[in-house]
Amino acid sequence: MIPGLIRRAWLPLLVLGLLAAAPFIGFGAGHALTLLARAMIMALAAVSLWLLVGGAGLVSLGHAAMLGIGAYAVVALDAARITEAAVVVPVAMLAAAGFALLTGAVAIRTSGVHFIMITLAFGQMAFFTAGSLTIYGGDDGYTLYGRSLVAGQRWAEDRLGFHYLCLGLLVAALLGGRVLLASRFGRVLRAARENPERVRALGFSLYPYRLAAYAIAGALAGLAGVLLANAAEFVAPSFLAWQRSGDLLFMVILGGLGSLHGALLGAIAFVLLEEGLSHLTEHWRLIFGPLLVLSVLHLRGGLAGVPGQMAGLLRRAGRPPHA
Amino acid sequence: MPEPILDVEPILEVAGLRKRFGGLAVTDDVSFAVAPGGIHAIIGPNGAGKTTLIHQLSGSLRPDAGRIRFAGRDVTSLPPQRRARLGLARSFQITSVIPGFPVLENVALAVQGRSGGSFRFFRAAAGEARLNAVALAALDQVGLAGRAAALAGALSHGEKRQLELAMALAMQPKLLLLDEPLAGAGPEETTRLVALLSALKRHHTILLVEHDMQAVFALADRISVLVYGRIIATDAPDAIRADAAVRAAYLGEDAPEGEWPEGEWGA
Repeated sequence: MIPGLIRRAWLPLLVLGLLAAAPFIGFGAGHALTLLARAMIMALAAVSLWLLVGGAGLVSLGHAAMLGIGAYAVVALDAARITEAAVVVPVAMLAAAGFALLTGAVAIRTSGVHFIMITLAFGQMAFFTAGSLTIYGGDDGYTLYGRSLVAGQRWAEDRLGFHYLCLGLLVAALLGGRVLLASRFGRVLRAARENPERVRALGFSLYPYRLAAYAIAGALAGLAGVLLANAAEFVAPSFLAWQRSGDLLFMVILGGLGSLHGALLGAIAFVLLEEGLSHLTEHWRLIFGPLLVLSVLHLRGGLAGVPGQMAGLLRRAGRPPHA
Repeated sequence: MPEPILDVEPILEVAGLRKRFGGLAVTDDVSFAVAPGGIHAIIGPNGAGKTTLIHQLSGSLRPDAGRIRFAGRDVTSLPPQRRARLGLARSFQITSVIPGFPVLENVALAVQGRSGGSFRFFRAAAGEARLNAVALAALDQVGLAGRAAALAGALSHGEKRQLELAMALAMQPKLLLLDEPLAGAGPEETTRLVALLSALKRHHTILLVEHDMQAVFALADRISVLVYGRIIATDAPDAIRADAAVRAAYLGEDAPEGEWPEGEWGA
């Protein structure tokens, strides 16, 4: 079982191992940890989006709204001087899940391009609403008084503490997502992604399953929003911008829709690549764009499919010709 | 034509069903009843409205008028999933399975649909012995147990047909609605599927829509003939074979003797 797991998932395990070791292998400096924290938080958000896109086949272009609502829950509580994580986290997750339930109740009735457009529309509604919240700084955003307290302790202020908090939640989300997808509930979702008409003919109403999945993914993105607000100690409407929804969708596709850990690989690669290229040149998007296009064209199965492709190449290379 | 009253309560009863697309009456006052047990076949030349009728029976298309009663209740306005839960299992004209799932999991999903309680989030469904045992039994029934671990997408056409039957059986349905189960099957596969259907009809009620006349006359206990959206005859196979109106509809007035029922018509 354990060797099998390593063979199937060595790449995500390696990435998680590197993230765990990062502070001790030369990435312990402030800016490096800040970057890695952002990568892990985006990975958490990407995992939640993967559950929708890769799991349920619901391609949402409004996922940043869930993230932003989680972040704005931190702001609202911060303004009321409530910073205890035991309060902030559930409130943020429930707020994001509530928004997902309300908007999903309408959006889930559509599919395909209509679903993309309606989630985008709801996302933009949330974005403009955030910009109009003058008590929280409107378009200028809101600077937090400080990071959330964990059981009354300033634990999240500590760079290493925050690093491992993000990593721990990311690992928990990956494991939880796997369990969810393997469950009866997840099986219905996965089957409906492949062949909805068939699943209905077996007696399933898809709506409640998809709506529940939408709310679960929303809650998880809300958690990522809490972390993002804490990482930056600042929240702005740009957290909810549709470009960020697009980035998240791209991370999911870059990583691969074949398995959940694709979201991890896609997000880490996306954030690090963006950072690396922006140091090279200010026109980094001119390199970034074509790279993304090439990856979509040539990485079948995304980054998560790379080990399989490599193994295939090695097998072919190791075989004598004409055998 | 009024349907003769059956001596048993029918499992499926269709009365005065109508469906128009634009000016065309595709289903035109269709009435028939399916008694429990055995195979009731619906035949008809291409364009007779068989597919439209199937869609109305399964619930994916809403009729303009008329009633459909199934298992003692009016299901005319129920969506496909509700009809499925009442015990109406269907196979599709174009094979419809979950290609990315193993064969066993396709059938286990069908069992799961019947057993209820799919809002379970933690336990791994693939390891549920109760679901898998029923699924395996259904696979065994259609002779596909040996392929349980294969991916459904990797099956041959005939095997996919068998898998569809297993999924339908796993729902423990009151009525199997089979939409051209022999379509696209080679001669060998056809022989195997006909044998399978003939074994299934001993324990199940089947409404069979099929193009292959030889198979229909070999299998069916009753046959309804659909022509231009209307049922022109419902009777036992021998009576249908001798029915002048049916012969005329299929072959034209001057049809030579003894040519039917053989081969495929209307194809």
